[in-house]
Amino acid sequence: MKFGIVVSEGPYTHQASDSAYSFVKAALAKGHEVSRVFFYHDGVNVGTRLSVPPQDDRQIQAQWTALGKEHGLDLVICIAAAQRRGLLDQNEADRQGKDANNIAEGFRISGLGQLIEMGIQADRTITFGD
Amino acid sequence: MSEVVKKFLYVNRKAPYGTIYAQEALEVVLIGAAFDQDVSLAFLDDGVFQLTKGQDTRAAGLKNFSPTFRALGDYEVTKLYVEQESLDERGLTLDDLQDIQYEDEDDDYEEKPSIIVVSRAEMANVMADQDVVLSF
Repeated sequence: MKFGIVVSEGPYTHQASDSAYSFVKAALAKGHEVSRVFFYHDGVNVGTRLSVPPQDDRQIQAQWTALGKEHGLDLVICIAAAQRRGLLDQNEADRQGKDANNIAEGFRISGLGQLIEMGIQADRTITFGD
Repeated sequence: MSEVVKKFLYVNRKAPYGTIYAQEALEVVLIGAAFDQDVSLAFLDDGVFQLTKGQDTRAAGLKNFSPTFRALGDYEVTKLYVEQESLDERGLTLDDLQDIQYEDEDDDYEEKPSIIVVSRAEMANVMADQDVVLSF
């Protein structure tokens, strides 16, 4: 089965991104396909490379980056939600006149159309939220 | 834009202000309208407050996005399911909601109401009938 995943809450404050991560990992292990993971609302904050969680805690962004690399996952951060919350890639930083970017490796910023497209293409769309 | 037409339901469960869910849900609906899918919206729990008329957010310094709901018909978003029990539990009636209409191009562009009040049991059927349910 082809899954599309929505993560709609931020890391650490909510369990949503942890649950999504566990689900994606389990689905892939069972031979399913994950066509895209779309980060929306505060979920976009999963994709900052500037978070520094305590060493004895799980490293949410690093986990996603590693899983994405291993399985070639399409980790998409919503541009509108990201702009509000200060999550930028270099292209956006240049375009908006900001002095830095903070997007983590393996993530990309794109539009809400990617969410709808995911819904159309996936067999099941699952939202991990509050 | 796409040959596949799926039934999309956007479920709105939160009050319009206080959190950003309602506003960002509406942004998805507007973008999604370009994909020519079969779109419905559901309003339940505090989400029914999103459709109330006379919203004034000036004192709170927030953007009042409620007029956008009246424009949804222009985007061919014409099915707004509102749960009766959620209205009842909050002391609201249909009269408290905005008059949201669309022009039915299959019926000589007659103006018809977009809001469909359904019972909780009927709402379950609406949800079961969808291909993609996005919850906000």
